[in-house]
Amino acid sequence: MATDDVWILGIHMTKFGKHPDLDTIDLAADAALNALGDGGVSMKDMGVVAAGNLMAANAGIGQQLQKQLGQTGVPVYNVANACATGATALRTAIMAIKAGECDMGLAVGVEKLSGAGLLGGGGMAKADKKVYEPRGRYGSVATIDGRIGTETMPGVFAQVGMEYGHKHGGATFELFARISEKNHAHSTLNPLATYSKKMSLEEIMGDVMIAYPNTRPMCSANCDGAAAAVVVSGSKLKTLDPTQRRRAVKVSASVLTTDPWEEACQVLPNVNTLTRNAADQAYEQSGVSPEDLDLVELHDCFATAELVHYDNLGLCAPGEAVPFFESGATWRDGQKPVNVSGGLESKGHPIAATGIANIWEVCHHLRGEAGDRQIEGATVGLAHVIGLGSACGVHILESAAA
Amino acid sequence: MGRQVPLVDYLVLGEQPHLEANECTSCGARYFDRRNACASCGATSFHKAAITTEGELRAYTIVSMAAPGVPVPFVAAVIDCDGTSIRANIINTEPDPENVKLGMKVRLATYTVGTDDEGTEAIGFGFAPLEAPDGNR
Repeated sequence: MATDDVWILGIHMTKFGKHPDLDTIDLAADAALNALGDGGVSMKDMGVVAAGNLMAANAGIGQQLQKQLGQTGVPVYNVANACATGATALRTAIMAIKAGECDMGLAVGVEKLSGAGLLGGGGMAKADKKVYEPRGRYGSVATIDGRIGTETMPGVFAQVGMEYGHKHGGATFELFARISEKNHAHSTLNPLATYSKKMSLEEIMGDVMIAYPNTRPMCSANCDGAAAAVVVSGSKLKTLDPTQRRRAVKVSASVLTTDPWEEACQVLPNVNTLTRNAADQAYEQSGVSPEDLDLVELHDCFATAELVHYDNLGLCAPGEAVPFFESGATWRDGQKPVNVSGGLESKGHPIAATGIANIWEVCHHLRGEAGDRQIEGATVGLAHVIGLGSACGVHILESAAA
Repeated sequence: MGRQVPLVDYLVLGEQPHLEANECTSCGARYFDRRNACASCGATSFHKAAITTEGELRAYTIVSMAAPGVPVPFVAAVIDCDGTSIRANIINTEPDPENVKLGMKVRLATYTVGTDDEGTEAIGFGFAPLEAPDGNR
């Protein structure tokens, strides 16, 4: 372990779901304390705290957390980066270690999202007297959501999947529903998932349509949850005890990208190019190739999104995502298991927690601690998140034995 | 007839309604909102460019659940108008997968969004199929 390596020493995710009796701080503190405990360290060891929360991004979640767990005076970075918020918090702590400012840091992501309903979209407030006046950067005189396309997340990501189908063929309503069927089947082995119920293809296709071709079970579940990770430098890790070293997971690549300008990227968010760029950089940084990956947790915020990311992450040949899925490769007993946690569609998507929870899932397998859903002998995994706007986080993780 | 205003400032009304982009004078990148600079090349000079009113459907969704006050279902889409991508609804056809086909040819159409308390009419736009699904124009 070279001194500039960064490792995950401790990591934890809370049960995802409804937590009516726990507030944001309770959830964040639960994840943080358990991550510290998992790593065998305490708040006093942390040289930096990076905290992510999207829905109350101005609340200073990091300092609130310190007030519950330990006000040690170290720098806090409160981050908000759409659905990549958790990955951004983790990467912030990693950067502090890489910069040599400290040798250990804590990253936390937390969200209270139960009952939040449809995200994105909406309109202007109604005035007493209706007089058309141009407002905003489009000079609009009335609500444009619903009149000029859709701002809702299920609708945006539906178009992303449909566009892929238009280019490469084969992406039918049924195919997208079968991706969802896979993830719901995987969730039955995950006790921390919001929903862990197997669903038949008929149930999925016959459920409430949200934005064709995404029915309700094909959309990520709004829920409460938190996840936290303790990261440590390679040189510090060498001084820790053998158990800590054995369970440590190497961060072989940590990448964050945004979308480079391309035609149409401000019309329909382009979730492809920045994911491809992040994946390319991550494979380059780590020396790992897609063939080496034992499991992948990717951002299936909607069933239509999972398909395009098979291609974007290089899990299949360009344009071949449909036959790749149809080969059965991405089921947990396939050659490239994807979202064995159940994915966002069943595990749930407490936005800022997701980017660390995905890494928790991968770490769990690399440590051989994933119980019934363990991918046997897993040594290398990839975790991917994307938030619109856009931001994409990709982390490649390797077990200490790898 | 009372005064008319476009729903958005990039819709140009008149004899031949069309959309108009802010085109970067330096690299040709096109934008529909008010610009500070070009996201592609950083230049700060733009001119207006008229967008062709016919195009091809590149992506769509049929939205069945939307924010309160937004009538559903509707077809949200991306239209490729000769290399310029447009966000718009598909209108003047049934919102179902039998009548909305990827790759189909569409043309800009306008409609009345509403009338305000001073009698001003807001005009919106969408894209309508050029041909009926059975091939008749």
